[in-house]
Amino acid sequence: MSQDVRRMRGRVAIVGAAEADEHGKLPHKSAFQLHAEAARNALADAGLAKDEVDAVFSAGLWMGSETAEYLGIRPRYIDGTQIGGCSFIAHVEHAMAAIAAGVCEVALITHGESGASRIGMPGTRFGADSWRLQFEQPFGLAGPPTGYALAAARHMHEFGTTSEQLAEVAVATRRWAQLNPRALMRDPLTVEDVLASRLISWPLHLLDCCLVTDAGGAVVVTSAERARDCAKRPVYVLGAGEASTHVMVSQMPDFARWEAARMTGERAFAMAGVTPADIDVAQVYDAFTIVPIMALEALGFCKEGEGGAFVSGQRTAPGGSFPMNTNGGGLSYTHSGMYGMFTLVEAVRQLRGECGPRQVAGATLALCHGLGGMFSAAATLIASTEIP
Amino acid sequence: MSEYSGPLPVPTPETRPFWEAARRHELWLQHCRACGAYVFYPRAACPRCLGAELEWRRVSGRGRLHTFTVVHRGARNFPLPAPYVIAIVELDEGPRMMTNLVGIVPDPAKITIGMAVEVVFEDVSPEIALPRFRPA
Repeated sequence: MSQDVRRMRGRVAIVGAAEADEHGKLPHKSAFQLHAEAARNALADAGLAKDEVDAVFSAGLWMGSETAEYLGIRPRYIDGTQIGGCSFIAHVEHAMAAIAAGVCEVALITHGESGASRIGMPGTRFGADSWRLQFEQPFGLAGPPTGYALAAARHMHEFGTTSEQLAEVAVATRRWAQLNPRALMRDPLTVEDVLASRLISWPLHLLDCCLVTDAGGAVVVTSAERARDCAKRPVYVLGAGEASTHVMVSQMPDFARWEAARMTGERAFAMAGVTPADIDVAQVYDAFTIVPIMALEALGFCKEGEGGAFVSGQRTAPGGSFPMNTNGGGLSYTHSGMYGMFTLVEAVRQLRGECGPRQVAGATLALCHGLGGMFSAAATLIASTEIP
Repeated sequence: MSEYSGPLPVPTPETRPFWEAARRHELWLQHCRACGAYVFYPRAACPRCLGAELEWRRVSGRGRLHTFTVVHRGARNFPLPAPYVIAIVELDEGPRMMTNLVGIVPDPAKITIGMAVEVVFEDVSPEIALPRFRPA
């Protein structure tokens, strides 16, 4: 595998990355307005005009086309791949393949979601005769926390992971948010606060769960050659991987081990020719505190079962040895519903050195990892301002 | 029974035998003639070997608790009062299914992963009986 995938390393770069003008609770804006603001900002960041875009990527049924229509773009390459919150990381991989093949040249990947206000949202409901409605919903599945709790409980059972270790993730992430003026949750937080917050679905407390917000983001991807003419320093894609193992949580192959994440890490590191020890800064999707713990194991940052110990002692906080979710994450920065886009935006900013008080000094190699569905899908991206 | 407020499954051609058996308070699974795998949820292709010959077999209704959560913030219109237990049961025949664990205090300290459980059906509409599990 390694020789083949290595060919893709450094072929494309992210040249623009931005968010919508504002985020939080925005009942005065539709989901598509958030797409549009982010697209406008990302193209300005890249120094590219709308008419230079020839490929549009957006997650959901008809979304590639519908976003293009709203923006007045007539793309010749359209991708609406929807694998949950990691879709946009997967879109970068798809754009890499399409650009390297010469099918398109400038890819605009957009996300906009009125996750809290539910204004102008595209349809996502499952039919009454879908598998989910037949075999999960009748038992009172109460949204994502229930599904993630099933994995957290099994991880605790097999490996002795504790609620305190889960809480460490929320606390470290809040400390990063305190360095980010744009983060929505910036009050001090302790492990005790997390454990004292009300149970949503045991073993997950309220403060083990991400925010629910209205937000948008976009990135622009083009060939390495063209990237050198863009406004800012290119962020080269060194490695990428995506995988899917199931959709319904009841079909998860192993509740204590995240197989989809393992598959993506193996491929992305092989493509990039680097190891987990080489990563300077990591953006690891944190919909719930258990998620990064299982991701860090699956990606090889620690051994199986040791994720809880790995995040202990505030290792992932500012000043810790493993800077993770430096924007404040889905737990404290923002979480529209499909957070993966924001891992990309923050990684680009860290690699460009644009992060002010939360800047990780000398960060040259970043990892983004995304989650889709109920540990159903995953996507990993390794990026750098240099091609080693 | 007409008062049941929770979501009710609407069977498809592949799943209808499962729900018809449940109405008789029997647990039936598909079994692949080609590779011998038991299959759940029901479908028209064996997920192990893609075989098309899936026959229905009545199974024991016994299994072990694989993992669980105690739901405190319950689903809207779901009739079990919170806290209630959503469980993944691994059936003795192999497949896992989502269900509710009933007949037990919804307290994580009283529930043990690996404990033996058995199916119990609850009639929730004239057409549908839901397979729940209780300690065996």
